[in-house]
Amino acid sequence: MAAGRNGFWQRILGIDRRWIFLLVGIGTALPLIFPVNLPVAASPRVKAAYNAIEAVPEGSRVLMSLDYEPDIMAELQPMSIAVLRHCFRRHLTPIILTLYPAGPGLIERALAVASTAEGAKNYQDYVFLGYKSGNQAVVLGLGENIKGLFPKDFYGASTDSITLMRHVNSFTDFPLLIDLSGSTIADYYIRIGASRYHRPMILGATAVMATDYYPYLSSRQILGLIGGMKGAAEYERLMGIVGDARRGMDAQSLVHVIVVILVLLGNAALFATGGIKPRIGGGS
Amino acid sequence: MRFGPLVVTFLTGAVLIAIFFIPHHRAQETQSVILEWADIVYTFALVLGSISLWAMHQKKVQQKGEGWIYSVVTLVALLGVTAFGVIQGVEAGTVVGRIYNMVNAPLASTMFSLLAFFIASAAFRAFRARNVEATLLLVTAIVMMVGRVSVGEFVWKGFPPLTEWLLDVPNLAAKRAVAIGIGLGAISTALKIILGIDRSYLGRS
Repeated sequence: MAAGRNGFWQRILGIDRRWIFLLVGIGTALPLIFPVNLPVAASPRVKAAYNAIEAVPEGSRVLMSLDYEPDIMAELQPMSIAVLRHCFRRHLTPIILTLYPAGPGLIERALAVASTAEGAKNYQDYVFLGYKSGNQAVVLGLGENIKGLFPKDFYGASTDSITLMRHVNSFTDFPLLIDLSGSTIADYYIRIGASRYHRPMILGATAVMATDYYPYLSSRQILGLIGGMKGAAEYERLMGIVGDARRGMDAQSLVHVIVVILVLLGNAALFATGGIKPRIGGGS
Repeated sequence: MRFGPLVVTFLTGAVLIAIFFIPHHRAQETQSVILEWADIVYTFALVLGSISLWAMHQKKVQQKGEGWIYSVVTLVALLGVTAFGVIQGVEAGTVVGRIYNMVNAPLASTMFSLLAFFIASAAFRAFRARNVEATLLLVTAIVMMVGRVSVGEFVWKGFPPLTEWLLDVPNLAAKRAVAIGIGLGAISTALKIILGIDRSYLGRS
């Protein structure tokens, strides 16, 4: 009997990883096909980001840097759409740019979704400056001469001729900076835009990166932090919309539960087969 | 022979540090220009990288090496995307725009999403409570995995506040310590190079 039980746990320990892949695949696909719409509670950090945009006077221009590429679009694209929609709803004018060469394609898609949903129009409600290479040099330049850095916008119009770009040429002309980033570009904006030019700033980052920016949040160098798909889903909830992030949270929830069950099973199997000896103290 | 590079390093380092603390716009413009020089160097690296990529894959195709057909795809993609980008531009509606939306974006997302499968498999095999430290890590990981998704609240109302505490207290303390450590380390390394104490970047004498 004991040998039979041991055999079961041995089989669990030696499970083919393809079964795990299949479980994860089903766990991802099922909630996307049959959404449950699990409730999402907004965290204080996301609420703070939302409130920072709420606090900007109507009609103001905000500088928005969307610095990511397709590899992390699952997390940051829904975030961009939600924040853009919030800006449009509040009648703020985002001046958008990216420091990633593969970013413009994603930004155009995000703008198409957000502007269709909120009825916003290019050159009336937003300006898309496009991509500029140079990372830190560009962020430094944004503090001095935006039109010098971007003589033309993404669609080829001279920035001098764009009405919305009048009286806008440096960080100091914006009451809020927004950076949604999947890299250390966020550091440049914090170091230069938020710290040197004392601009209020909110940050969106991937879930893995978000924890790196908690110190800046507690030092008030950033006012709010949207972390990963969960943060985007919280933002969508605050906006009262159901976007890709809220739809994705069902899948993420189920996959997390599957991983936790697998980890617990693995440990139970190891314990049952004598791989883990109960003892007090450390050591490997 | 070494005096010149040491002087250049000292002057560049000292000037850049000074500029950082000078808020005058001339100083900021100077810093931007210097950083653009770095960009120009990167551009040369891009050209060099492209030539190297071309040479490597061309050789593989000529020798019909293992997986040579993939090298053909690489060469065609490199040449085609560059040519269309130069001729038509990269905006939406152009060939490069379509390639980006229909090939690059789905491929890059797919590659990254495969991580979920490998992480699940790796977690099953590696997350084992073999000692106190590993058990602490395991328990924290489980709390975070359950507490940071919507289902956590259903399981136990205390999960979300517990994850917030983990992020706001132990995580924040550790991140601050790491940030301060990295900062001090970077300052000391930079000073050693600027003052000529560390000359390893000059190569062997």
